Amino acid sequence: MKTNILIVGVGGQGTLLASRILGRYAQLKGLDCKLSEVHGMSQRGGSVVTHVKMADKVSSPIVALHDADIVLSFEKLESARYLNFLKDGGVVVVNTQQILPMPVICGMKEYPTDVLEQVKTRGINVVEADALSIAESVGSAKAVNVVMIGALSKYMNFDKDKMTEAIKGTVPPKFLDMNLAAFEKGYEI
Amino acid sequence: MKLMLGNEAIARGAYEAGVKLVAAYPGTPSTEVTETVAKYDEVYAEWAPNEKVAFEVAVGASYAGARAMVCMKHVGVNVAADPMFTAAYTGVNGGLVILVADDPGMHSSQNEQDSRYYALSAHIPMLEPSDSAEAKEFTSLAFELSEKYDTPVFLRTTTRLAHSQSFVEEAQRREVEIKPYAKDITKYTMMPSSAIGRHVKVEERENRLKADVESFDINREEKGDNSIGIVCSGVVYQYVKEAMPNASVFKLGMVYPLPIEAIKKFARSVKRLVVVEELEPVIENALKANGIECEGKNIFSVQGELSVAIIKEKLLSEKKENVSLDLPVRPPVLCAGCPHRGVFYVLKKLGLTVSADIGCYTLGAGAPLSAVDTVLCMGASIGIAHGFKKALGEEAAKKVVSVIGDSTFIHSGITGLIDAVYNKSNLTLIILDNSTTGMTGHQDHPATGKTLKGEPAPILNLVDVCRSCGAKSINVVDAYDLKAVENAVKAAVDEQAVSVVICQRPCALLNRNYPAPLYVEDCKKCGACLKIGCPAIEKQKEGNVIINPTQCVGCAVCSQLCKFGAIRGGKK
Repeated sequence: MKTNILIVGVGGQGTLLASRILGRYAQLKGLDCKLSEVHGMSQRGGSVVTHVKMADKVSSPIVALHDADIVLSFEKLESARYLNFLKDGGVVVVNTQQILPMPVICGMKEYPTDVLEQVKTRGINVVEADALSIAESVGSAKAVNVVMIGALSKYMNFDKDKMTEAIKGTVPPKFLDMNLAAFEKGYEI
Repeated sequence: MKLMLGNEAIARGAYEAGVKLVAAYPGTPSTEVTETVAKYDEVYAEWAPNEKVAFEVAVGASYAGARAMVCMKHVGVNVAADPMFTAAYTGVNGGLVILVADDPGMHSSQNEQDSRYYALSAHIPMLEPSDSAEAKEFTSLAFELSEKYDTPVFLRTTTRLAHSQSFVEEAQRREVEIKPYAKDITKYTMMPSSAIGRHVKVEERENRLKADVESFDINREEKGDNSIGIVCSGVVYQYVKEAMPNASVFKLGMVYPLPIEAIKKFARSVKRLVVVEELEPVIENALKANGIECEGKNIFSVQGELSVAIIKEKLLSEKKENVSLDLPVRPPVLCAGCPHRGVFYVLKKLGLTVSADIGCYTLGAGAPLSAVDTVLCMGASIGIAHGFKKALGEEAAKKVVSVIGDSTFIHSGITGLIDAVYNKSNLTLIILDNSTTGMTGHQDHPATGKTLKGEPAPILNLVDVCRSCGAKSINVVDAYDLKAVENAVKAAVDEQAVSVVICQRPCALLNRNYPAPLYVEDCKKCGACLKIGCPAIEKQKEGNVIINPTQCVGCAVCSQLCKFGAIRGGKK
């Protein structure tokens, strides 16, 4: 079984932790796995993308164009930036939170509030979630990433017990309960 | 089995191979190698002020008989090149590995130079792993080859290898005895009489290696469909395997010197031979020089990264339609509360020509601050500003200032300052002192008071350094205090001699003990606060602004711009 996931968002949103949970999950499932991250300059509030690939054997650590099963977007606008990675029938799972990019902040551009409509008109299946509110309801806005992992797990039909185990093995113990709650809430989306 | 970054795997490989000393200056995408290896108690690891010093420290450890490694990004090799070229002559005592991380596509760099050319020109062998497991294995092999052939050995990675994780099997560390050091001026004292002899040794060693490399199992042929044969290395091998799983492939683990005879044999077994390599045609040129007919850069660009999609398009003519939506870009920006922001605002307001440098503050070039004129390489801001001033008349020269970070100043700015003093410049130097090496992820340096191993260290005092170099006036100001910054810069620009303004404030990501976020009341919609490009300040459709409390760290730089006192809270 081959699964290609693109996690996209804004630097600082915790995409790295999300990919590490998925890497742990792959290992628990006995699958080969490669993850690819962005460090350095691109992290400073810029658009970030993390690649997650699991299969019996993975070669390239980068998801190829038109080969992602899912784009898991931590921010609304970012979901539309990586559509070319989606394969036919692929899905976008998106946190509807808006984080304004600099050209919008300084009034040079407008935030395209209808961006998800634009994605949908291309026949792409979009699953929307207010992951920020959900994360805040379980205790911290920082848990957006784990809420999104919950939503992804439901959609991809991942083994829930193994995913819970993966979270336990990845997040710091003092935030475990909050993250497990975030995962459960995400799974309900 | 453990998922590891390529960089973590290299650190593990060095550890298992018994490395005793690792020295480096941080540089994306190489930094995590040194950070990871420093966690092992058995390994001494340090941040050096720059790559040249790091290289010399590693060479010293090698001469002394210990296994040593020096780590840098591709442009760091330019800085380390002086000792490196001659270390290729002296050879080693304990194994010496040079980790170099290239950045095709320039994710975090100012150029995309190809460090394989350094291997060619310095006659230093180079290995290139294709995933984390190989990264660990090749690191260990690099130490063995270094000792066997009496040469430093390059381990080359690229961003996608350095920052991708794949599975690695860990092994025990093998302690390697320190080899006895024996005085030998024909080997270790590089003056003409002995260097002439060592150059002969370099050629002998390389000829020996060229013969042996033909049977190295890290170079291997993978038989497939014989209509096309691909020669590749590194992470590009992984792209090729995914794009063309049935093709015949010659995978190179060593990219210099090449197993020419083995590749000739491979070439004869396929109908068409294509070299798939990122950046320069290094392998392609070598094959052609040896009479092997092949394709390469007639198909693939020398710019940017390769990918599965590009390989499929160029070699299989498979291309899928791409859609493009008109979306606002999201460039990296100075963080909310970044102490550099206010300084750039002042420099722009004063209409100065800003010669800036390499670091987070390069982001001062972006809109709306748009305060930066030039950025070239580490430390260049000072020499460039001095050159500007000497070329322009005295009055015009007042408009030019140099801006550099604390870590970059120590890396290679100090000599520029000495030059400006010595040559009677009226240079204005602005040091943005945020007490860390910011862009690479907060590494310590000689002015932070802490070593890589977490031990307390003497603090290099930047004021004393500037004074000793001969700066006439040195003014230390709070980077958050716009008025103080403006007054200090104005005074410095008017000086007839070298003057320094040190703008101090720790990086906003370092000290998270923030005051309460600011808030806006009764906004007059003048837009003054939007000129600093803070990601926490958001303009609303109605023209008023709000401050996003989840982003704001209460630095209160924005409130100093509001003539109406509408931005409240926080503290100065």
